[in-house]
Amino acid sequence: MIGAAALRRSSPGRFIAPAVGFAAIAGAFALGEVLVQIGVIDRYIVPPPSEVIASFYRIVAEERVFTRFLYTAGECLIAGVLLTLFGIAGGVLMHRFKLLQQAIETWVAALAAAPLVLMYPLFLVIFGRSMWTMVIMGFVSGLPPVILKTIEGIAATREVLINVGRSFKLSASQQFWKILFPAALPTIFVGVRLGLIFALINIVGTEFLINFGGLGHLIADLAERYDLAGTYAAICFVILVSILFFIALEKAERWLRPAD
Amino acid sequence: MAKTGRLRQTAAPRIGQVTLLRLAVILGVLAVWEFLAHSGWLYRDVVPSLLSIARALAGLLGSSEFYFNLGVTAAEIAAALAIGGLSGLVVGILLGANRFLSRAFEIYLYYLGPTPKIIFFPVLIMWFGVGPESKVALGTLSCFFPVALSVAAGMRQIDKVLIRVGASFRASALQMVLKIYLPAMRHPIINGFRLGFGFALIGALLAETKLSNKGVGFLIINAYSTFDMPRMYAMLIVLFVLAIGANALIGRLGALDRIKRL
Repeated sequence: MIGAAALRRSSPGRFIAPAVGFAAIAGAFALGEVLVQIGVIDRYIVPPPSEVIASFYRIVAEERVFTRFLYTAGECLIAGVLLTLFGIAGGVLMHRFKLLQQAIETWVAALAAAPLVLMYPLFLVIFGRSMWTMVIMGFVSGLPPVILKTIEGIAATREVLINVGRSFKLSASQQFWKILFPAALPTIFVGVRLGLIFALINIVGTEFLINFGGLGHLIADLAERYDLAGTYAAICFVILVSILFFIALEKAERWLRPAD
Repeated sequence: MAKTGRLRQTAAPRIGQVTLLRLAVILGVLAVWEFLAHSGWLYRDVVPSLLSIARALAGLLGSSEFYFNLGVTAAEIAAALAIGGLSGLVVGILLGANRFLSRAFEIYLYYLGPTPKIIFFPVLIMWFGVGPESKVALGTLSCFFPVALSVAAGMRQIDKVLIRVGASFRASALQMVLKIYLPAMRHPIINGFRLGFGFALIGALLAETKLSNKGVGFLIINAYSTFDMPRMYAMLIVLFVLAIGANALIGRLGALDRIKRL
């Protein structure tokens, strides 16, 4: 994936392209509105965009969207804390014991490519329809990238820095906390960012699939009541929230990255 | 799925030790599992004994019903990968070749890419019905973004010299795509399809678990609702093996090519 910043940075006329892009999307919505209004598209399949925008107020006022948002955010927070703690600990452990790393690093990488979210019925059996099903789902799916990036970050610490530590005769734990960990932090955060993105996707997805919890549940609920405009509005709301979440994570990552 | 980076080769302990440790880890996990299964600490059958899982696995692999449903799911994924992958390829090439289009639209793809796609499922059911079509649609939607973004990024990394060679031979747009762009960026394309395959698989299977009457996702959720845990574990094992295997195979495809060039 390319950095969003690189896309935004540009030469003269830098506002023209984004403006055209925005106008094209607005135009597509306007066209949709017209097609629905004149009956080319069935309004019982696609509600007119104006109706979707109007129902934003309704989902905020009547469907407790902010309480639901906080619920989902809380699940992400717990999963995030868990996967940061366990992921970094796992990565450090595997870096420390090379044999362990050689034995299971490929397994962790393979797990990162496995469709872990399909395990949700399993957690549903273990934890029931509760918040913990979502939290564990988010935790499990976000764990592999944190472990792998932690190993990568620590292993990439510059030799010079390690030698500085040696020449000060730092103990093993001092060497870790004062040299290795700070040097690896930016890379570790890349892993945490990926882990949090996977956690969010899987948490919202699981909420939708099991009809329980926060924002994902709202969409399933509205769809089951056949509240079409509300369903579309709720989907837009979830997309907006996740995009804001990605932007915030990106900002944090840039802030952590060394200035060189 | 994850951009997990390359694995490093660390020169240290000998292979024998590694294999031993691997065996020990596997045996340890199995032993803990079996102990939990017999301890009675968890609800009955949440952790079924290894024997019953093995029996369910054998039963599963011997039943024609499973292969029928596996075929349904495989066809859905293949269709999703074909539609979403090809449209992603075209959009990626357009965005990669044209700076204006890229500045106008790529930001939307970039941020829409990682959002959860399963929430579009109620809308897709309305559009495409409750049959396999809506699962294909969700798979397509899921796999379009990684392919498009990976191809667009790969396009920008093509050596400028190659493009100038094409231009100096006065290649037409189609010739440029077929003879310069596609061969020069087969790695990002293969990688994009590898990611796309993972997302298409998840999209189709999750959609099946939500609402369907055939496919492996349906079998899984059916096993869950009839509380046939060994069968559910057996299916998850088969799926994981297939998914990881397919992923490694597509990855190998990219690597093979690299070996041949050396």
